[in-house]
Amino acid sequence: MSRSTIDVSVWRGRREGRFVEYRVPLEDNQTVLDTVTWIQRHADPTLAYRFACRVGMCGSCAMTVNGTPRWTCRTHVQRVLHDGRLEVAPLANLEVIKDLAVDMSTFFDKMARAGGAFEGEAAPGADFAVVAPASPERRAADAAIECIGCGVCYAACDVVAWNPDYLGPAALNRAWSLVNDVRDGARRERLRAVSGDGGCHGCHTQQGCVRHCPKHLDPTASIAGLKRTVARALLKGDL
Amino acid sequence: MTAAVRTEAWLWLAQRASAAVLAVTVCVHLGTMIWAVQGGLDAAEIVSRLRGHGGWLAFYCSFTIAAAVHAPLGVRAVLREWTPLRTTSVNALSAALALALLALGLRAALAMFAGPGGA
Repeated sequence: MSRSTIDVSVWRGRREGRFVEYRVPLEDNQTVLDTVTWIQRHADPTLAYRFACRVGMCGSCAMTVNGTPRWTCRTHVQRVLHDGRLEVAPLANLEVIKDLAVDMSTFFDKMARAGGAFEGEAAPGADFAVVAPASPERRAADAAIECIGCGVCYAACDVVAWNPDYLGPAALNRAWSLVNDVRDGARRERLRAVSGDGGCHGCHTQQGCVRHCPKHLDPTASIAGLKRTVARALLKGDL
Repeated sequence: MTAAVRTEAWLWLAQRASAAVLAVTVCVHLGTMIWAVQGGLDAAEIVSRLRGHGGWLAFYCSFTIAAAVHAPLGVRAVLREWTPLRTTSVNALSAALALALLALGLRAALAMFAGPGGA
């Protein structure tokens, strides 16, 4: 049976709030982001949400769709409709600013705390570093590097939910890509930053991040790599 | 701060290393149990196998030490995540559990090796 409209429940408010019902026309190839945009343009201009690129590059439009964290610009409504209904809420594990827009500052602060910034050690004017594409380090970095910082894994992680100090899958995945960057000079500091209960050792390997990452990355494997690297550094006296 | 980072990393490594030992010892222990009860459960037969046998004593001492390292570290992680207890209290409880497991396990292993009054 084809349908011409869908019923959409959208979270309105901050931590305290409620779901408000909207009836939205259903188009071919309509995304969840299209649906939210239609509501703001035609039903309630006060609806707050965040997006930028609309093509799955910027990582700013993630929301909870029918209970699952997703990038809304690349999620077709037809794929996630449940009994003809859609429920759209802000991402979990982050403070809500208003409606569907969350405060990402904790997420990005943790990325910085995990040593997420590249610390080049080459002198100014030095020649380009040669990194063999087939080297194990380059392959490990490649596997982790496509993160767009959307926060879906952070919202999907149970450890983040119960341990506010836990750095989270994205920050640890970022640290792993830099640990494998042979040009980086802050390896020891970074390994210290990602150790312990708030770091890689806090991961329960439940793989919620792997299941939900829209880029099909494997932060759990990155975290396991960090655990191995920290252990080796410890045994060598380099931690 | 750095010392605390290293301590946590050592504890994590200790739990993984003890898990590797337990993977072997638990299998041997269970295998022996299944094999030993084929002719019925018999205390005298168990005692005769273990008494005076240095190999079994070494095996069960390793088993006990691995369990006394592994279990309290797991309990420590659970207490830290699920209770409002302070880290100092969690560490004290975990250390007490480690000592209790070690004392009970070694006492049993030595008693089976040496017989009544031997441990």
